[in-house]
Amino acid sequence: MPEPERDILGGYAGDLLSWVMGRASSGDVWVTIMSNLNIVAVASLADPACILLAEGVELDDGVRERAEVQGVNVLRSGKNVFRLCAEIASLI
Amino acid sequence: MADSVNFHFDIDGDNFTSAGEASVMIKKLLRQMEFSPDVIRRVSVAMYEGEINMVIHANGGTADVNVFCDRIEIVLKDNGPGIADVRLAMQEGYSTAPDNIRSLGFGAGMGLPNMKRYTDDMRIESEVGRGTTIYMTVNV
Ligand SMILES: Nc1ncnc2c1ncn2[C@@H]1O[C@H](COP(=O)(O)OP(=O)(O)O)[C@@H](O)[C@H]1O
Ligand SMILES: [Mg+2]
Repeated sequence: MPEPERDILGGYAGDLLSWVMGRASSGDVWVTIMSNLNIVAVASLADPACILLAEGVELDDGVRERAEVQGVNVLRSGKNVFRLCAEIASLI
Repeated sequence: MADSVNFHFDIDGDNFTSAGEASVMIKKLLRQMEFSPDVIRRVSVAMYEGEINMVIHANGGTADVNVFCDRIEIVLKDNGPGIADVRLAMQEGYSTAPDNIRSLGFGAGMGLPNMKRYTDDMRIESEVGRGTTIYMTVNV
């Protein structure tokens, strides 16, 4: 992870990029099933603490590299969006 | 009037994967110039939405960002198809984006509304068949 020190302050779930840009807050964990290259630009502008890919979605090498360069943390889980949000909400 | 610092970007209409690079660059430059996180976020999100629109709807264009002490002005210009009904286009949820673009997470019809929401002033000049120019100002 390029920015391991970042704290998670809240969360936002969604796959429509304009909604994320408009509604996610800096420091959120962004839970999504979108894994294309554009999520890196969206994350570097909306400034979530990390992207969390749900449903075991794969991350290809190009996206991984771009995220590394832009300082965007990307995590993955096999769990679905609902379950991830519930578990995160109980922790923050 | 105060002096300004100007940045110019050509937005490539063919390269969907690099779309947004100008906005990410502006974010970095504004951070170096020590603008507040709120101002930086508003400028870069508004510019990103405009940049994406030029790529999706207008085959690219140019972005000019003029940074003054008290405000940041963004001018996005393209020679695309233009917007026939600007009021309709400004409505949340209105989108003509094709399915392949939607499958990438774009086309929510929230871009122009986000640009309006994040800026203090936004003006659209558009002529069908000629292109679109969008002027936005964020006050510091
Ligand atoms: N630069 C542009 N050139 C031509 N049409 C545009 C441009 N920007 C926006 N539009 C039109 O306005 C609509 C709404 O734009 P927007 O709110 O950004 O939603 P979206 O991009 O998700 O479709 C677009 O679907 C398109 O029809
Ligand atoms: Mg748009």
